[in-house]
Amino acid sequence: MIDEIVKKILNGDIRAIARAISWIENDLPDKEALIDELFKQTGRAKIIGITGPPGSGKSSLLDRIIDLEKQKGKKIAVLAIDPSSPFSGGAILGDRVRMQKHATDPQVFIRSMASRGHLGGLAGATADALKVLDAAGYDLIIIETIGVGQTEIEVMNIVDLVLLVLVPGLGDEIQALKAGVMEIGDIFVINKADKDEARRVKAEVEYVLHLKNEDSKESSNPIFMTSATQNTGIKELVEGMESTLQQMEESGLLKERRLKRLALELKRILSSKIEDHVHHFLNTENNLELWLDQLAHRQAAPYQLISKKVKQVLKEFKKQ
Amino acid sequence: MSKRIRILIAKPGLDGHDRGAKYVARALKDAGYEVIYTGIRQSPEAIAKTAIQEDVDFVGLSLLSGAHNELFPEVVRLLRKEGAKNIIVFGGGVIPEEDISFLQEQGIEAVFTPGTPIQKVLNFIESKKEKVLA
Repeated sequence: MIDEIVKKILNGDIRAIARAISWIENDLPDKEALIDELFKQTGRAKIIGITGPPGSGKSSLLDRIIDLEKQKGKKIAVLAIDPSSPFSGGAILGDRVRMQKHATDPQVFIRSMASRGHLGGLAGATADALKVLDAAGYDLIIIETIGVGQTEIEVMNIVDLVLLVLVPGLGDEIQALKAGVMEIGDIFVINKADKDEARRVKAEVEYVLHLKNEDSKESSNPIFMTSATQNTGIKELVEGMESTLQQMEESGLLKERRLKRLALELKRILSSKIEDHVHHFLNTENNLELWLDQLAHRQAAPYQLISKKVKQVLKEFKKQ
Repeated sequence: MSKRIRILIAKPGLDGHDRGAKYVARALKDAGYEVIYTGIRQSPEAIAKTAIQEDVDFVGLSLLSGAHNELFPEVVRLLRKEGAKNIIVFGGGVIPEEDISFLQEQGIEAVFTPGTPIQKVLNFIESKKEKVLA
C-alpha cells in the first residue's frame, strides 16, 4: 500500500498527495514508513515561510507571489495553517479564500492545515507534510503560519527562508527591537504600504536592523514595501526572495540551515521514541495515579521520585 | 491516531450572499469539525479541485441564485470524475421544495432550506460519520 501511494506521489498525483498529507495529519499506522520512503526523494524544493501578525496580509501577498512564480513555470505548493479551537477542536480554515483563483491551476497545490493544538505557529504535521510536497516535485513550497504574536517562531526551523510581514499600527521601534519573531525574518515585508504610516514602520525596522548589523559582518536583511491589494512591490519582493536564496546557496548558508533542520528533526524523533519506550517500561499510564498519591501525601518529592524511575530505566537499559 | 472530519463549505454561482455559508461554517467549527471555506463565486471545477486538494470528507454547497439544479449536480459529477467517490455532498440555500428530490437523485445527499435548525445539519454529518471514518 505504501509503495503504491509513494509511486503516485512521485508522479504528482494530486489525490495521492492530498491523502498522504491527511495520513500524516491523522497519525495513521505506517506513517513513519511512508515518511521514510518519501524522505529519500526530498531536498529539491525551495521552502519559504511567510509569517506575521493576523490580518497583516500574508495570504493576499501569497496570492500575488504565486502569480509571478507561476509565470516562471514553477510548480508551487502552499501549506496554510490556521488555529484549531481550544474548546471544540474545530477550525475555520480561511486562508485559501485569498488564493482561490489558483484552485484550478495544475501548477498550484494549496492545502489548509489546522494547528490541532500545536503551538509555535505551525501544525504538528507541517514538517512531514512538506516532505510529501517536496517528493511530489513542487519547485517552491510556501508555508503560511498562523497569525503570530511575539513567540511563534517554529517556522524558522523548517524552511529555507523566512518572510516576516509587518503592517502599520503595531507599535513603535521598541516593539521591533524585542526578541522573538522580529529576529527570525530573513526578508522583511512592510505590507499595506499604501497606508500613511507604512514609511514610518520601514524606518523603524531599518533602525533596528541597523543596530543589529553594527555587530555583525552579515549584510543587512532586505526590506520590501508591498501592497497586496494594489499589487505594488510584489515583483521586487519576488526578485529579492530569489536573490537572497541564491546568496544563501553560494555562501553555504542554505546547506548549513538544512543540516541544522535535519539535526533538530533527528533529536525530536529520538526524544519522542525514548519517551514512548520509557513510558511503556514504567507503565506510566497505570502508575501515574499511585505516584500522584505519594506526592499529594508528601511521602515523595517530584525529583526524587523521578530519579528513582530513571534509575530503573537505566538498569534495564544496561541489561540489554 | 486521530482522524478529524474535514468539511468544505463552498459557494458556487454568482450570488454573493454568504451569511448562511458563514453561519454553517462557524457552527461546524464549534461542533469540532475542520471547515475550509472557499469564498463566494466559485466554479464547480474550482470547488471539486479544492475538495480534492483539501482531502475533505464532506462538501457543503450554498446557493441563493436559483442555479442549484445546474451547479450542484455538476460539482458531484466533477468530484466523481476526479475519483473522489466517497466525498459526501450536501447543499443549502433558497431551494424550492419540488427541486429537492431531483437534487437527491443527482447525488446531493441532503438539502437544507431557509429556517432549518442548525442541529439538523449537525445530525446529518453525525449520521454519516461512520461511513467517513471507515
